[in-house]
Amino acid sequence: MTTALMFDVGLAMLIVAVASWTTAAREAFAAVIGFVVYGLLLALVWVRLDAVDVALTEAAIGGGLTGTLLLGAAARLRASEVPASERPGAMLRFAAALLSAAVTAALTTAVLLLPDDTPTLAQPAADKAAATGLGNPVTNVLMAFRAMDTLLEKVVLLLALVGVWSLAVDHVWGGRPGPRYPVEPHGALAFLARLLPPVGIVVGIYILWVGADHPGGAFQGGTILAAMWVLVMMAGLSDAPPVGNRLLRLALLAGPAVFLIVGLGGLGLGEAFLAYPVAYAKPLILAIEFAMTLTIGATLGLLLAGPPKRRVGR
Amino acid sequence: MSTAIVFGLCAAGAAGLGLYGLIADPHPLRKILAFNVLGTGVFLLFGVVARRGAVPGLGADPIPLALVITGMVVAFSATAVAIALLLQLFQATGAATLRADASADAGTDPADT
Repeated sequence: MTTALMFDVGLAMLIVAVASWTTAAREAFAAVIGFVVYGLLLALVWVRLDAVDVALTEAAIGGGLTGTLLLGAAARLRASEVPASERPGAMLRFAAALLSAAVTAALTTAVLLLPDDTPTLAQPAADKAAATGLGNPVTNVLMAFRAMDTLLEKVVLLLALVGVWSLAVDHVWGGRPGPRYPVEPHGALAFLARLLPPVGIVVGIYILWVGADHPGGAFQGGTILAAMWVLVMMAGLSDAPPVGNRLLRLALLAGPAVFLIVGLGGLGLGEAFLAYPVAYAKPLILAIEFAMTLTIGATLGLLLAGPPKRRVGR
Repeated sequence: MSTAIVFGLCAAGAAGLGLYGLIADPHPLRKILAFNVLGTGVFLLFGVVARRGAVPGLGADPIPLALVITGMVVAFSATAVAIALLLQLFQATGAATLRADASADAGTDPADT
């Protein structure tokens, strides 16, 4: 057994252990902490699988943003322990364990029986890479070969935000989301919220820019920008904008709108919907990615902030 | 045993644990969390298949990887909506439970539920 394989086996065992602990932990808060650790360990796995783009996404979204969301919810639901009468009986738990074991066994068999000669689209993707002028194959797939998925996914993000906002009660519609966080001018959080965002914004834009040729891209960059924004909001240094704000709405629409315009342009001037003319492929993709990063940052930040809660003061 | 196989087994374990938590844990927040664990297991299986589809010059098949990135963002959106619904339920009824008769506390007619 080589050192690398020993590392892999150790990492895999650690992940299953953390996942078990997350499932078994008594308190929801502890379980969420376990989930954040689990997400960060998974990011390491993605690096081992030669998928650095996914590792960045997993660390930023899977561990970071989902973790923050769940932590906030766990803190507010602390009082809501489920009474013992609602706990499922031993029979149900046994049946669930049996079903889960069966699913794990089936997946294990499937993994072990994977054909040696794996069907792959890596070669066609590598052959066509020159058509877009981008060096990162994953960005190529996201922005060109399967651009439709990415466009629809932007729409899903917006729909999710509409879903969250629609939970607002009538009289606060158009108001500011979440509570107003108190500012502690000399607290550690306020200090971090002043220190980190300048660096974080540069890193976010860099990751977007470098994503054309190296691991990175609009999702990862946008998530970092969202994280910086949420940090500033949580430290109380800046209040969340009212959801009726026109500039904010514009930022939310920028990504899908630019994407659609370019796509329809491809339909009118070129060969098909979302077909980029080869000579302008890279500038067009970069324009879409910049607009998308703005939208992703704004949408993710607002999804974390939750439905509108406070009326806008006049 | 290769790296891909090791993490494939790990993914199978994570999916099973997530499924168990989803069914057996009565707390809605824990169900959402378990659902995310289940999702990461499925994503990881995509990663294993992508790794096995490597060709010279590319460490992994980029198509499944792009699908996983899209999937992660969609999973986060779904989680955000679920959490918002759960917090709203807690605010409205004072209890975070999925029991059908629990809404009687909120003053609604239990016959409607």
